[in-house]
Amino acid sequence: MTETLLRIEGLKTHFFTEAGIVKAVDGVSFDIRKGESLGLVGESGSGKTVTALSVLRIIPKPGKLVEGKIEFKGENLLEKNEQEMQSIRGREIAMIFQDPSSSLNPVYNIETQLRDVLLAHKSMSKEECHGKIIELMNLVGIPEAEIRLREYPHQFSGGMKQRVAIGRALALQPTLLFADEPTTSLDVTIQAQVLELLEDLKRKLGMSLVMITHDMGIIAKMCTRVVVMYAGHVSEIAKTEDLYDHPRHPYTASLLAAVPRLDRKQTLSIIPGNIPNLIEPPSGCRFHPRCKYATKKCSEALPMLEEVDSDHFVACYEWKNITLKGASGKSD
Amino acid sequence: MINASFVQVKNLVKYFPVYSRGVLTKKQVGQVHAVDGISFDINKKETFALVGESGCGKTTTARLISNLIEPTFGEVFVDGENIFEKFRTASKNEKLRLRRKMQIIFQNPYGSLDPRMTVSDIISEPFVIHNHVAKENRSERVYELLKLVGLEEYHAERYPHEFSGGQRQRICIARALAVEPEFIIADEPVSSLDVSIRAQILNLLGDLQKTMGLSFLYISHDLSSVRQISQRVAVMYLGEIVELASSDELFDNPLHPYTQALIEAVPIPDPQVKKMKARLRGEVPSPITPPSGCRFNPRCPRATAACSQKKPELTEIKKGHFVACFQT
Repeated sequence: MTETLLRIEGLKTHFFTEAGIVKAVDGVSFDIRKGESLGLVGESGSGKTVTALSVLRIIPKPGKLVEGKIEFKGENLLEKNEQEMQSIRGREIAMIFQDPSSSLNPVYNIETQLRDVLLAHKSMSKEECHGKIIELMNLVGIPEAEIRLREYPHQFSGGMKQRVAIGRALALQPTLLFADEPTTSLDVTIQAQVLELLEDLKRKLGMSLVMITHDMGIIAKMCTRVVVMYAGHVSEIAKTEDLYDHPRHPYTASLLAAVPRLDRKQTLSIIPGNIPNLIEPPSGCRFHPRCKYATKKCSEALPMLEEVDSDHFVACYEWKNITLKGASGKSD
Repeated sequence: MINASFVQVKNLVKYFPVYSRGVLTKKQVGQVHAVDGISFDINKKETFALVGESGCGKTTTARLISNLIEPTFGEVFVDGENIFEKFRTASKNEKLRLRRKMQIIFQNPYGSLDPRMTVSDIISEPFVIHNHVAKENRSERVYELLKLVGLEEYHAERYPHEFSGGQRQRICIARALAVEPEFIIADEPVSSLDVSIRAQILNLLGDLQKTMGLSFLYISHDLSSVRQISQRVAVMYLGEIVELASSDELFDNPLHPYTQALIEAVPIPDPQVKKMKARLRGEVPSPITPPSGCRFNPRCPRATAACSQKKPELTEIKKGHFVACFQT
């Protein structure tokens, strides 16, 4: 359980735009363990998606990986050439995206799209390939697979398209799956179905799953460990229950207090201000302009992640001096 | 009850025609039952919420009530005035007076603000159209409105692209408030915003309602925010209301199987709480050929033969708690 599958160290991915350098990911370090479900949570612009794209080395232009180390099964992915990367993508590390309508090609039928993935990595006969595709469709719970294979993405509903996308990502049984907001575009009842499917498949195939989301509810349900990101930095890493019960970073605590809960009514506390501009991010701790505990030091120097408990890391100078409320509303 | 209600919706129906393909042979082949006979009241100073999944007809309802589209059938009274009739027959000034009573806030603040207008132009456009604020007072009023929604005076001369999503939604709210409406329709006002910004806007809407005594129709698919902001809630499924109750009653004691499944499907941001369950299988059927009887019966875990034959009426089970289901 504690064996490390992927280690990210000091990752910096910047986008060189005309307006300036957007420091989307700016010194991110964490690891992903074998067989775990890790949550990567943050708001838009926190760098969670770019982190995943960096691991797969598919950062869109004008983005560039500037610095860092990504170690997968003991090998540094950044030293691989394009050809070697291609054999890793899909076979070892796969990704599913937020919007299934744009990640499937509208002009090919489902069978062709799944076949392409299989044949790109393995040589197999037509019959073998067809059998494997039917197997995949059954795995992700698409009924009448034989008929639906010949259909095109527009004939599928959002939930069904996402199932196809999941099937495609799992075609080669990767050891690591990044799911980038896989249910944001779906309705709640369909979301529940897709999340249950992902959990099920993860257990069956024994892979590691990274759930990228802004939804604290999905994290609470799906993940055993959480990495909280804010403006390109990691602010806290902890086991899920630890994080929700005893958040140590002011951002984590305010995020928990700002989310309305269905099971009870509470006064929403707000996080003042807006998400910072990443071309000229705030100095020091990037959360300090919105943080009510910020001191002078917070604006001057960048806090490093330190271990406050077993398996619980926080990047905050003030964590010892403050008591924060957890999800249950109690402070410890 | 009737006297206190500010908005009354009576048996509202909207069908959209569906045409066959082809230019010369184009003919109507069916209709989308977007909204199919819904009735509810909104009291003065109340936030009433419509929830449901995509395609259930909640946005169509909003557009009908704000008279952006015409109904197939039914009536809506706002402050005692039959608005569909008024909009068909009344003079231009009369229509403008009605428009001042109610305003709408849309989901996407990136699409609902003109990128070529400054904030000051955007907020004072209602003044130009309605001419209810004297010219010399207009900029003063714009500043007041900006302050009211938590923005600063210097924002007035900027353009929409200079603002974040949350700030843009504040501008939209300020524009809606510019005509001093009594009733605001908010169609998914926070669903395109970030989590930390959502709370800001939800709190702002709540505060405005208290200080200005507004009535709200809040439309959303996000049940957690609905519980947060509304006093009464109606749950819609395939164009019909299946359950209507006070917010606490509905979420603590849901009676309709669809409401129950909907609530259970929402993940709670607390690992201590019982995990969510995907209780519903399958997907929402097509609104072109909705199922007979209770429209939920093909997906309902408790459906019996009667459910597919007869349509259950919305009946009051407890005081103020209405359910359309044979099995309760």
